[in-house]
Amino acid sequence: MAARPKLHYPNGRGRMESVRWVLAAAGVEFDEEFLETKEQLHKLQDGNHLLFQQVPMVEIDGMKLVQTRSILHYIADKHNLFGKDLKERTLIDMYVEGTLDLLELLIMHPFLKPDDQQKEVVNMAQKAIIRYFPVFEKILRSHGQNFLVGNQLSLADVILLQTILALEEKIPNILSAFPFLQEYTVKLSNIPTIKRFLEPGSKKKPPPDEIYVRTVYNIFRP
Amino acid sequence: MAAKPKLYYFDGRGRMESIRWLLAAAGVEFEEEFLETREQYEKLQRDGRLLFGQVPLVEVDGMMLTQTRAILSYLAAKFNFYGKDLKERVRIDMYVDGTLDLMTMIMLAPFQRPEKKQETLASILQKAKTRYFPVFEKILKEHGEDFLVGNKFSWADIQLLEAILMVEELNASVLSDFPLLKAFKTRISNIPTIKKFLQPGSQRKPPPDTHYANLVSNILQF
Repeated sequence: MAARPKLHYPNGRGRMESVRWVLAAAGVEFDEEFLETKEQLHKLQDGNHLLFQQVPMVEIDGMKLVQTRSILHYIADKHNLFGKDLKERTLIDMYVEGTLDLLELLIMHPFLKPDDQQKEVVNMAQKAIIRYFPVFEKILRSHGQNFLVGNQLSLADVILLQTILALEEKIPNILSAFPFLQEYTVKLSNIPTIKRFLEPGSKKKPPPDEIYVRTVYNIFRP
Repeated sequence: MAAKPKLYYFDGRGRMESIRWLLAAAGVEFEEEFLETREQYEKLQRDGRLLFGQVPLVEVDGMMLTQTRAILSYLAAKFNFYGKDLKERVRIDMYVDGTLDLMTMIMLAPFQRPEKKQETLASILQKAKTRYFPVFEKILKEHGEDFLVGNKFSWADIQLLEAILMVEELNASVLSDFPLLKAFKTRISNIPTIKKFLQPGSQRKPPPDTHYANLVSNILQF
């Protein structure tokens, strides 16, 4: 039996959370080794386990994969989450790239100066409501299906769901003008593998707190 | 005969330059429409061709593609620059993602405040020489082949050559400790399609100057 994938990252969301989401959605069980100290990071770097000295790193299928997008694409390819042909793949890619741009604001948020954090929540909300959500609302409305591309679950749906739920934690009514996205969110959340991931006790990580921010600074501060 | 791909962007490198490289390497002729005013940009947004309201935009094979990485992945797959299987593909993806991280630093440099420019330049050179170039030097050393992946010309080679040339523009001796990268640079530059692209009169764009930086910040309003 193939070894389970092993994730190397601090014990929190950050850039690894999307990987956890996709593995979970694909029904793949995985192990995690949490980075807690600078020494642990140096050990990984000195042992040549990190191609560009950075995490996320995922041990999978005999490889040590780095670079979030590369990891996500590999898992999506392996588990049929990347469409049925090049055209579908490219649509999924475009949607994922846009959503990751939005998710990036959430990833960086805890590391902003406290004075800037409230302003940034407003910025995120605006970007979501003006630039990203209308696009996905229109796509869902125009084909009336439960998934963004090709009438089946793809990487695009998983990343969008992750992003919507993370934004809702900060701005609870963010989907109020988007009825199709609301229904979409409910339907996706009820897919058995995703439902399990959303329940307590799963490997889904909680929102970043001060302990997480401090751990990250301690590990990565030069 | 299929229509030529058409690129919509500013008359400069930015995020579109890697796309120009890939098309040129494949020997594919393309057209360009340069954004020169805010009005042109807003018209493009109103026309609904920009998925998330942003450029780059590439019209190709009947699709309106946005999101740089999605465009690059599509073209790499189309032109057979993406390896022979999933394992080669993920390696190409990782190498490209790392190289793009370095090139993004260079791309954003002209938009930094003048007092930060020196520090940014030093950081780019340091990252190139300690984080990225050693990795590719080692890869070439270990397999002794002409190309980074699978003994075949791929997107990873094109991206790395582009990055090397960009860093050399900042510091001409940056490859002095990397003999295999020097040889790689010469070898890839001599591939006929690439050689042509490197000659005067091609659609390759010059390094960004203040005029370009001002144009972009006026049009994108930042």
